[in-house]
Amino acid sequence: MSDNFGFTDTPASSGRELTYLEAIAEAIRLEMERDENVLVMGEDVGGDFGGAFKVTKGLAERFGDRRVLNTPIAELGFTGMANGMALMGLRPIVEMQFADFISTGFDSIVQFASTAHYRMGAAVPWVIRAPSDGGIRSGPFHSQNPEAWFVHTPGLKVVAPATPADAKGLLAAAVRDDNPVVFFESKPLYRSLKAHVPDGEHVVPLGTAELRRPGTDVTVITYGSLVHVALDAAGIVEAEGISTHVLDLRSLKPLDIDAVLEAAATTGKVIVAHAANRMAGVGAEVASLIAEHGFESLDGPIVRLGGADTPVPFSPPLEDAYRPGSDDLVEAIRRLAAY
Amino acid sequence: MIDPRVQIEMYAWMRLTRTFDEQMVAMWKQGRGLGGTFSGRGHEAISVGAGLALEPDDVVAPMHRDLGTYLVRGMSPERIFGNMLGKATGASRGRDANLHGVGDLSLGIIGFISHLPQSLPTTLGVAMSFKYRNQPRVAMTFVGDGGTTAGVFHETLNMAGLWQAPFVLIVENNQYAYSTPLRQQMHTPNFTERASGYGVATATVDGNSVTEVYEACRQALDRARTGGGPTVIEATTMRMLGHAIHDGAEYVPRSLLEQWEKRDPVVVHRAHLEASGIAGTATLDRLDAAARERIDTAIAEAERAPMPDPATLHDGVYA
Repeated sequence: MSDNFGFTDTPASSGRELTYLEAIAEAIRLEMERDENVLVMGEDVGGDFGGAFKVTKGLAERFGDRRVLNTPIAELGFTGMANGMALMGLRPIVEMQFADFISTGFDSIVQFASTAHYRMGAAVPWVIRAPSDGGIRSGPFHSQNPEAWFVHTPGLKVVAPATPADAKGLLAAAVRDDNPVVFFESKPLYRSLKAHVPDGEHVVPLGTAELRRPGTDVTVITYGSLVHVALDAAGIVEAEGISTHVLDLRSLKPLDIDAVLEAAATTGKVIVAHAANRMAGVGAEVASLIAEHGFESLDGPIVRLGGADTPVPFSPPLEDAYRPGSDDLVEAIRRLAAY
Repeated sequence: MIDPRVQIEMYAWMRLTRTFDEQMVAMWKQGRGLGGTFSGRGHEAISVGAGLALEPDDVVAPMHRDLGTYLVRGMSPERIFGNMLGKATGASRGRDANLHGVGDLSLGIIGFISHLPQSLPTTLGVAMSFKYRNQPRVAMTFVGDGGTTAGVFHETLNMAGLWQAPFVLIVENNQYAYSTPLRQQMHTPNFTERASGYGVATATVDGNSVTEVYEACRQALDRARTGGGPTVIEATTMRMLGHAIHDGAEYVPRSLLEQWEKRDPVVVHRAHLEASGIAGTATLDRLDAAARERIDTAIAEAERAPMPDPATLHDGVYA
């Protein structure tokens, strides 16, 4: 302490470094300890196994099979079951083994859960955890970013954390929210990303974006693993004298429109980027909101980066061509800065 | 034997349900309705028998043919007619049509869930919440023969059997899925056989006998309540009108309808009450008149009620 004259690298709150996956696991455990109504369910989540990605490992031993329910392969059925449990005031955290599989449970999510409160005033407070995202050579059925389907559905909330601290804090907020929340986790970040996570109670309100890097020349609005791609790109163009402003949306629904418009106005030049395919993606909504409500603040065309309008291919050269990388962002930032 | 007072109550509820249904159909034919609506004519013994068998703390998710269950559980005819007419006073405050969205958890009713049979996994979840909390409560729902061919019917029965959940499902085999007769829907139209395969207890009843339905439901509910697991009850009946109000059901042979008309559940039960001396004609006539008066009052009130304010469009999307 005396070495650095009282300055410290330790953030204000106490904490430690956790991987993105460990942060999610910690949030689940803390919410289950806090509230007896919280339970975990899904394929292979129980026993010693603890899920395909081991997020729920150790939970069955700690909380028992009653609160860590292994389900058969029946996404439509067990997601529907979560609806009924939630109607009765339980707060199921449903693990979709891969976000790609969520289509098999679609009806339970977009027809019942999303409309129950509007139609009959009944809250459906569940969270579906959806391990999404690619770049890890998993092919068309294990690499998708299907968040736009749910952002398009009134009555749902949609979250996509980019950091371990947010993964913990947003999951806690999602569990405590009285609405159905689809929680998109980024598989490539599970074990590759380790960062500071506050100890104990840590709740990040849904619907709040976070500035990851302040800048003056070009704004990148993004979320999930692309936040890190954008930060890498910002570091590269910084050497060329281009200052990049990076906004992490964190919540896709509700969307922090004020933060989006402010970030756009800060530089007047906006790139919207995500790993999901561009066509009718979240970026399209963000871009059109800026065009509609922030037109006067723009000094250039809004640029969208996203996956190609193809299935997510398996082979590395194809997947790299599909997915926006830091090279793509660097090029887009340079082009827009020079506009 | 079922308590005679309960048997008279059964008649009163079936008559109220039938009168509601007949007056509703008349309104729609006169152009006083809104959108489409569904008749449950012929299903009164099932909906009323099942509704009366439930305990107050149980939860039920009825279908669009189960008007009697909503009424027995305490959903007022005013709120249902209001719903059908899109009124602010309707159960869904103008959010949802006909019997869709007529739900109220304080009455233990989950409103009809379209996309049949979505009500099955939802109701299983309710049952699993009772098991989770170790409460002596049961969750019940309904499906037609048509809903049994969808995948989630099987997903739900598999899980209900696996976990021996306090869950009761009534399969209302009413012979037609919209225009498609049973023989074109499945090779083996035997629902209890399927349920057995999933480890679910079964019963088969005459769906036009309110006493049979009631007794089978009581047994299934008692079993579920005491940890004995789920039951599927197959109740055989006939959809006496079209799929919905617009549908003349010309595809149904008239002879089939004539045959089932002779087994009309309301008429059958009335004859039983008279023959057994449980209730006389005068008593039953009084119940008929009371039902008509109750429904007329409800329709008048629903028609007078205000439409929802467009300013409330966004209210309630989120809890």
